[in-house]
Amino acid sequence: MYDFKQMYLPYSIEEALELLEENKGAEIISGGTDVLIKMREGKLEDATLINIHEIKELKGIHMEEDGTIVIGAGTVFSHITNNEIIQTYIPMLGEAVDEVGGPQIRNMGTIGGNICNGVTSADSASSLFVFNAIMELRSKRGTRYVPMDQWYVGAGQTVREQDELLVSIRIAKKEYEKFYGHYIKYGKRNAMEIATLGCAVAVKLSEDKETIEELRVAFGVAGPTPLRCPNLEELAAGMGLNERVVTIIGKGVLAEVNPRSSWRASKEFRLQLIEEMSKRAFRKAVTLAGGEIHA
Amino acid sequence: MLNIISMTVNGKEVEVAVDERESLLETLRNRLHLTSVKKGCEVGECGACTVLVDGEAVDSCIYLTMCAKGKHILTVEGLKGEDGELSPIQKAFIEEAAVQCGFCTPGLIMSAVEIVGTGKRYSREELRKLISGHLCRCTGYENILNAMERIVEETYRVTNR
Repeated sequence: MYDFKQMYLPYSIEEALELLEENKGAEIISGGTDVLIKMREGKLEDATLINIHEIKELKGIHMEEDGTIVIGAGTVFSHITNNEIIQTYIPMLGEAVDEVGGPQIRNMGTIGGNICNGVTSADSASSLFVFNAIMELRSKRGTRYVPMDQWYVGAGQTVREQDELLVSIRIAKKEYEKFYGHYIKYGKRNAMEIATLGCAVAVKLSEDKETIEELRVAFGVAGPTPLRCPNLEELAAGMGLNERVVTIIGKGVLAEVNPRSSWRASKEFRLQLIEEMSKRAFRKAVTLAGGEIHA
Repeated sequence: MLNIISMTVNGKEVEVAVDERESLLETLRNRLHLTSVKKGCEVGECGACTVLVDGEAVDSCIYLTMCAKGKHILTVEGLKGEDGELSPIQKAFIEEAAVQCGFCTPGLIMSAVEIVGTGKRYSREELRKLISGHLCRCTGYENILNAMERIVEETYRVTNR
């Protein structure tokens, strides 16, 4: 038996928004793979839960007419990985969420929960960051759209207000078209593990596939929140594909991260991972884009 | 306070009074006496409590029963044939000696049902990943993988004959 005070089980977004407005301080629960674990640890006792598990409108993936990919916040990881739109246009995201926990967890945990709990280790976050995803937040007061780079305010904290519900995650066509990306998760073991470090790199190459038109690099656990490396990205644009550039990327990211020591890994080890993983992910992304890195 | 909910468990529709704070694991074991569902870590890490909800494997220890309303639940008890015979998956586990203490077995069998149900062929490496949500402290997984490989292959051959 879990220790909470009461639970509401709305069946529509509208109903959920009303409950959120009426119950200040209520906790949203979706797949339950985070909230229920916290509860087992003795946290959140006396919580009022608003369980959005049964809201069908929050599930599923579709593409809008202008090519925007819309992922319902309640979509579970395994459904993202197996979705045709994801596999065709943003395979990196499907592969990244296939690294979360284990198979059963991926049948339960949702992408919305992964983003709303605000943790830096969220496997979906780096990919969403690289694709400049936009969060659609809804409340009784209205709807607002928050870009990924404004989403996190601090460790475990997002801009989501207490009465707001993350409805969907939107990725515009220009943010994924011609981009090829790769996500690497480093953990102490392959399954049932929280990332020690996560790194997503995406590239858009020139027509002749000889220069970087645009580079995007994002990390998880390289700071208190998932983060991008804007200075390096700007520097790399227009550069050729050679070993010198690979080194520039590996060294460049180090200036834009801020990892800490934890029981999982020391700061020094994380810095080494950051350098090495960004290089490996870059190489793989270039290969996926059909380019070749020259000596 | 108890809530009365209905769901389909192993093909039969049941109505059961549950506490809203109750996990599906607790409902299946304590109210419906389906004790193939094992209570292990209770935090979704060991996979001993794995059941299928609408065909998908979930850890029933972190699944609130209230969310199972109207859904189809399958446990090992539901695999039994008309005359009480074992399912081909269970037979494969026995023949490959994939069972030692048996605690992880029901969960693994339910994951096998999901995996076999896709009708796809999987490499040993892929199967390793597909059973990574289960902990087995006896077998070292090798015989479990042998059983998995065998049943996946057999099913594939039968369905693509």
